[in-house]
Amino acid sequence: MATASIERLIGKSIKRREDPRFITGRGTYVDDVKLPGTTHAVFVRSPHAHARIKKIDTAAAVKHPGVVAIFTGKDMTGVNSLPCGWLLPDLKVPPHMPLASDAARYVGDPVAIVIAETQEAAQDAADKVKVTWDVLPAVSATDKADARTSAQIHEVAPSNVAFKWQIGDAGAVDTAFRNAARVVKKKIVNQRLVANPMEPRACLARYDAATGDLTLWVTSQNPHVHRLLMAAFVLGIPEQKVRVISPDVGGGFGSKIFLYNEETICSWATRQIKRPVRWTSTRREAFQTDAHGRDHVTEAEMGFAADGKIVGLRVKTVANMGAYLSTFAPAVPTYLYATLLNGVYTIPAIHAHVTGVFTNTTPVDAYRGAGRPEAAYLLERMIDAGAAALKVDAAEIRRKNFIPKFDNGFQTQVALNYDSGNYAAAFDKLLRMLDYRKARSDQEAARKQGRLLGIGFSTYIEACSIAPSKVVGSLGAQAGLYESGKVRVHPTGGVTVYTGSHSHGQGHETTFSQLVADELGIPMEQVEIVHGDTGAIPFGMGTYGSRSASVGGTALLMSLNKIKEKGKKIAAHLLEASPSDIEYSNGQFQVKGFPGKAVPFGQVALTAYVPHKYPDGLEPGLEETSFYDPSNFCFPFGAHACVVEVDRDTGQVKVLRYLAVDDVGNVMNPMIVDGMVHGGIAQGVGQALCEGAVYDEGQLVTGSMMDYALPKADMLPMYETDRTVTPTLVNPLGVKGAGETGTIAATPAVMNAVVDALAPLGIDHIETMPLTAGRVWSVMKSAKR
Amino acid sequence: MKLPVKMTINGQTYSHEVEPRLLLVHYIRETVGLTGTHVGCDTSQCGACTILMNGQAVKACNFFAVQCDGAKLMTIEGLAKNGELHPIQQGFWEKHGLQCGFCTPGMILAAHQMLERYPKPSEEQIRHQLEGNLCRCTGYHNIVKAIQWAAEQMAGKK
Repeated sequence: MATASIERLIGKSIKRREDPRFITGRGTYVDDVKLPGTTHAVFVRSPHAHARIKKIDTAAAVKHPGVVAIFTGKDMTGVNSLPCGWLLPDLKVPPHMPLASDAARYVGDPVAIVIAETQEAAQDAADKVKVTWDVLPAVSATDKADARTSAQIHEVAPSNVAFKWQIGDAGAVDTAFRNAARVVKKKIVNQRLVANPMEPRACLARYDAATGDLTLWVTSQNPHVHRLLMAAFVLGIPEQKVRVISPDVGGGFGSKIFLYNEETICSWATRQIKRPVRWTSTRREAFQTDAHGRDHVTEAEMGFAADGKIVGLRVKTVANMGAYLSTFAPAVPTYLYATLLNGVYTIPAIHAHVTGVFTNTTPVDAYRGAGRPEAAYLLERMIDAGAAALKVDAAEIRRKNFIPKFDNGFQTQVALNYDSGNYAAAFDKLLRMLDYRKARSDQEAARKQGRLLGIGFSTYIEACSIAPSKVVGSLGAQAGLYESGKVRVHPTGGVTVYTGSHSHGQGHETTFSQLVADELGIPMEQVEIVHGDTGAIPFGMGTYGSRSASVGGTALLMSLNKIKEKGKKIAAHLLEASPSDIEYSNGQFQVKGFPGKAVPFGQVALTAYVPHKYPDGLEPGLEETSFYDPSNFCFPFGAHACVVEVDRDTGQVKVLRYLAVDDVGNVMNPMIVDGMVHGGIAQGVGQALCEGAVYDEGQLVTGSMMDYALPKADMLPMYETDRTVTPTLVNPLGVKGAGETGTIAATPAVMNAVVDALAPLGIDHIETMPLTAGRVWSVMKSAKR
Repeated sequence: MKLPVKMTINGQTYSHEVEPRLLLVHYIRETVGLTGTHVGCDTSQCGACTILMNGQAVKACNFFAVQCDGAKLMTIEGLAKNGELHPIQQGFWEKHGLQCGFCTPGMILAAHQMLERYPKPSEEQIRHQLEGNLCRCTGYHNIVKAIQWAAEQMAGKK
């Protein structure tokens, strides 16, 4: 029974299977989950950046009608500090209690939880909680934290220094700079950002007193990590009695990786009051308490030979950790940043020194790209500054410095070993899309009319497919970074996949189904993808660092291969052949060379569960689990370009064109990858042009969407995107990762375009983003000519 | 002190006694139980709670429920008729106009109003009309395409 070849789905823009529920309003986000008897939580938070707590008086609040319970930090006995999951050498790890009871260290630091029958009652009662504060000196500026000794935030961290860390060869850079034709030095500020997924964080915790089971619905990118950290490290309750469910989640961008105070406190509180406790963040709370991103102040020096070749790079960065160490905070400005400073260029000598500081601000952790955007931004700004100093064309200087094409391994100066790359190819494709020569002549013509047109480039490298466990373990990670994938074939031939990856917009239900359908030769409709539930999934490290397809997808592929291998044994028995003679294609197990001698997948599945005619010694059932731990990171790369016009009178920047050529290895679903690239670009443009968290003496000035400008539809163009494909050899799918590329590349492309536009005014650098009209106007006003 | 309100949502009539301070969006989500309308901010910037009130796209966080006594509302749950998607819903699916899906109901209903005003909107008009709706996933590119797709379909049906 020969079959026609079934069309492969991997590589095709299959419409998303998850969409019908979202476009009809039938998604299930955490705040949509309703349980009978639910109580509502409101947190009492510090209005001060830094203040000792002298007294918390709850007497009036407790009497408020509808109040069920009020707890402060003193009530939470036996509860431990929220853990930091990445320990650098000599890292100062201060305690981070879920409810602060000694002092509050940032505006928004929670000090009490008020639980009531209704949201309104909880809110009103929270207003009646009286906290007596002893206000202390505060510091929020990144580059002042270690000097402002009056504002000592934690006892364990003198001068507010969390760590000092370095990588590379300082002596080699000194030597290179002595012989350099030119050393360009710039101060580079990578401002603080707020991730702002459209769905605010939320949790619903239910303790079942009869069984002792705790169920937590939480907006999490990694529910197993949430469960492990919360159950084992903070609350000290058995992991097997805790189920964490992360249903539909409305975006994360890193901010939903971390274990936060609120879900921990609600999980503790439901065990006290034995009723469900629900909390949903307001946007104002989100600005104050979701982990922020970036916030570096850097002095960078790049040395060049006379011909424009880079000879060395020296970087001194101060990275703001905020008031406490968030879950993975120390890794971001070190191993996810400084190890990327080789970029896509041949740089013979690199040294980076990073100081992490505590300030009276919201904790800082991974935000989309996490460290890698900061590295790309620095390199791309410096290479443009070098081009300006040496009077070399911005495209030419990049082409001169690219690492030549390689297929399997390139050792950088800063620890990483890149998998495969062809950086010039991506850049050349970009130049063709842009029609670079014409773009420059258009710019010339515009300049003659007095208009300020600019063309900016950026290239980038990203370390994703996070991560080889042994490697990250040796660098301080307190976790492994593998992924699991379980495949359950049902007796009727349907398949359920249980993945430790988590979709909060990435479309796993579609792409993973494509993979299963292709590998097993069955229709996608026969495949169900389950994610986000520790009660169903063996284990998982979740989704961040562009790891779902490369790590989660590979784990799934391994299980599919095991299913096929077992299927061959069952089929061989049915066909009275040797398993080594069975091949599997198009949903059929067949004897090699005898196309008619075959059994379909469904029959093998049924046989596995009704094992009457079955091989001796083979277990019944058809279900396999695999854990995949990657042997290396994967390294997507690309080249982006932006064309802007700056209004000479107002400083307003208009993005005229945005072009991207990304190389993410093999692509499972081009539509989905393009969509992620688009969204990433918008966030990168946002950092360049409008986003920035501003503190004034510890008060968050940009505390709402009125003050913190997210990119809107009318400030962005249609993006012109394309790809080159350089598969990785690290995983069998050849996929590298696509979730963060746009965010990494877009900020420097826009910034370089604006600086290029202002070049006729003698401007070769702007220290600080975002480039709001006011800031650009000021820069123009202070220009030399 | 609770006050009575009565309104029609997606063709069905609801009567409740509510606190005067209850926002319409919370009335829809918590009291009526239609959770497709989302809350993404507290300053009426994000547009995730956009619904149709008497045919006009409004942000449901900008009204108290008691202000809407007697109103006719449509939420995202009421847009598809007899199991058939509205062309705007279909457009968002066809053109990958959503990722996490959280802003999507508001986007679709804002687009609904937009296409009534401008049946053949230019790209610029679409972008301008979406000023009151934020999306953090798509970079708006495919949302623009989805609305263009829907406009073409709806023009073809007339």
